[in-house]
Amino acid sequence: MTRLRWLWIPIVLLVIVLAGGWWLSQRHRQQPAAAEDPAIASMLKDPGMIARGRYLATAGDCASCHTTRDGHAYAGGRMLPTPFGNIPAPNITPDGETGIGNWTFNDFWGALHDGIGRQGEPLYPAFSYTSFTKVTRDDAMAIFAYLRSLPSVRQPNPALGLRFPYNVRSTLTAWRAMYFKAGVYQPNAAQSASWNRGAYLVQGLGHCNECHAMRDQWGGSESHGALSGGLIPEQGWYASDLSTQANGGLRGWSRRDIIDVLKTGQSSKSAAVGPMADVVASSTQYLRDEDLQAIADYLLSLPARAAPTPVHTSFDSQTLVDRGNAVYVKRCADCHGKDGEGVPGVYPALDGNATVVDPIGINATRVVLLGGFSAVTQGNPRPYSMPPYAQQLSDADVASVVTYIRQTWSNHATAVQERDVATYRHTPID
Amino acid sequence: MSMRWIIPLALLFCSVLARADQTPVPDTLQQRIAACTTCHGVHGEGSSGSGFFPRLAGKPAGYLALQMQNFQRGLRKYAPMEYTVRLLTPDYMHEIAAYFAAQQVPYERKPVPALAPSMLRRGQQLVTAGDPGRQIPPCQACHGKQLTGTEPAVPGLVGLPYDYISSQLGSWRTGTRASAAPDCMAQIANRLAPADITAVSAWLASQETPADTHPQPAGSITPPLRCGVLQPRGDGA
Repeated sequence: MTRLRWLWIPIVLLVIVLAGGWWLSQRHRQQPAAAEDPAIASMLKDPGMIARGRYLATAGDCASCHTTRDGHAYAGGRMLPTPFGNIPAPNITPDGETGIGNWTFNDFWGALHDGIGRQGEPLYPAFSYTSFTKVTRDDAMAIFAYLRSLPSVRQPNPALGLRFPYNVRSTLTAWRAMYFKAGVYQPNAAQSASWNRGAYLVQGLGHCNECHAMRDQWGGSESHGALSGGLIPEQGWYASDLSTQANGGLRGWSRRDIIDVLKTGQSSKSAAVGPMADVVASSTQYLRDEDLQAIADYLLSLPARAAPTPVHTSFDSQTLVDRGNAVYVKRCADCHGKDGEGVPGVYPALDGNATVVDPIGINATRVVLLGGFSAVTQGNPRPYSMPPYAQQLSDADVASVVTYIRQTWSNHATAVQERDVATYRHTPID
Repeated sequence: MSMRWIIPLALLFCSVLARADQTPVPDTLQQRIAACTTCHGVHGEGSSGSGFFPRLAGKPAGYLALQMQNFQRGLRKYAPMEYTVRLLTPDYMHEIAAYFAAQQVPYERKPVPALAPSMLRRGQQLVTAGDPGRQIPPCQACHGKQLTGTEPAVPGLVGLPYDYISSQLGSWRTGTRASAAPDCMAQIANRLAPADITAVSAWLASQETPADTHPQPAGSITPPLRCGVLQPRGDGA
C-alpha cells in the first residue's frame, strides 16, 4: 500500500498535461498577419535602429543557430541536437510564409521575452528565451528591425525531431513552471554602469549560461549554479566555470585575459577551443571594447567557488603520468614548452590553462585528438595550429599525456583513462 | 653609476639571457599550418606508404581552396577535415591553398592491389577513352592529357594512392562527397560499376608520373558534361 500512495503523482501530472494541451489547442489558432502599430512600424524602418539591431544580433550570436553550414544567413534549418531529440532553428528572415515576415513586434517580443510562439504555443527552450527574457524591449525592437531588414529567403522549416513524450508541446507547461521566469534585466544599483552592462550582456543576449552551467535531467539549468560551468549536452565539450577567483574555472585570469580571449580567441591563460572558438569567431570578436570591458567587470565579480571535494580512488595515475611524460617530451614540448609555459600569442601555456584542467578532462582529450586552428579573428587572422593526434596516438598514449599535463606543474586535475579517450574519439564533431 | 640601477640592470641582463635560450617560433605559413602538414606532409606530399591522406602538392590552388570550402559547407564529409577547416576565413584558405599548389616534390609510388590484366585494361580504357555506352567520358577529358589536372579547379590524378581514389569515387556515390551543382563527378561515379571503380583506381595509381607535373593551362579543356565547378565563379574558389 505504501507504494500505491505515490501513484497519484503521475496521474495528477498526466491530468495537468492533458488539460494544458486542451487549453492551448482551444486558445491558439492560426493568426493572420496583423497590422503593425504605426509608431512601431516607423521605428522599425529607422536605419539607426537597424544598425543597432545588427550589433545586438551579433552579440547574441543569433546567426550561428539560425543558419545551416551551407545556407543563407538567418534562414534557419540547422538542427540543434538535444538529449531529447533534434530541434530545428527556424527561418527568421522576413519571408511571409516561411520566415517572420508576417510577425508584428509584439509577436517577436512574445517569443524572445515570454518564450511563446506566434500561434501562442510554448517554445522549446533550445531557443534560449530563459536568457533572452532579460533583453530590454528597446533592444528587442532593434533586433527585430534588423531581422526585418534582411533579404527574404523562402525556406520552409524542417520538422521537429523530438522523441515522445518531448514532442508533445504541452509538456512544456510543466517545464516552464519549473525553470522559466520572464523578466527584463533589473540593474543592481550597488554596482557600476559598466558592471550592469556586463551582467546584462552575459545573462541576457550573450546567453552564456546556456552552456556555462550544469543542466539537470530535464535540460533545465540549476539556478544555484549560474556560470559555474557544465558539460554541453550532445556536443561533448565542457564549458568552463567563469569565476576568476579561488577555485574558479578562470582562477588567476585578469581583465586583459578575459578581453583578449573574447576579442582574439587567445589570452595569456588559454585559447578558446571547440564551440567557444565558434562563438569568438562569429560573435564576441565584434563586440565594442567598452562592452568587452563591461563583460570583464562582471565576470571578475563572480564569487570564489567551494574547493572541490577530493575524489578518493584506488586508481593510481602515476604510471600514466610517467608514460605521459615521455609522450609529452616527444610530441608536445617543442611548441608548448618543456614546463608547459607555451609561447605568448602563439602556443597556449598548458600550466594553469582552464582548458587543460576542466573537471572531467574532456576538453584536453578532444584537443589532443582533433588539433586544429585557434579561432580566426580580426586580431589573429592567421592563427597557428596544432596537429590532430587521433591518427598517431593510441587511446593509452592520449590518456597518459592528458593525465600528465593535468597533473604536472601547478595543475592538479583528475586522471583521464583509456576508456574515456575511446569514448571521446567517437564524439561527433558537429 | 649609482647603486639603484644595479638590480634593474641585472634583471634585464638575466631576461636577455633567458630569451636567448628560446628559439623563436618561425613566423612562416608552414609553421602555422602544422594541423595540415601532420597528415598531408610538410610539402603536401601526402602520407607515405599506402596512406589515405592525399597529395596536395602542385594541385591547382583554386581546387584546393574549393575543397576546404566544401568541407566547411558539409558538401564533403570527413570529420577531421570538417573540424580543422571549420573556422578558416576565405583569405586564410586561399593562402594555404596557394602554399600547397606551389610545392614541387617528387611523387612516391604507392602500393596497388594485384589485379587481373583484364581489369587493368578496363581501367586504362575508362581513363583514356571512357565508356560511351554508359555515357562515361574519359578522365583525361577534364583531368588533362597527362592527368596532371587543369587550372584552376580540376585536380591531377597522378600519384594519388589507390585507397584514396577508390574511396572518393565511392563517396560521390553515397553523397559524402559533393561539389557545386551540377555535380558532374557525382554523375560519372554513379555510372561506374563497382568493379570499374577498382579498375580505374588501380590503373591510375599504378602509372608513372610524367616529367612535367604542372596542371594544364586554364581553358584548355572542353568539359563533356555540365559541371558546376567549371563554371566561371566570381570568388576565385
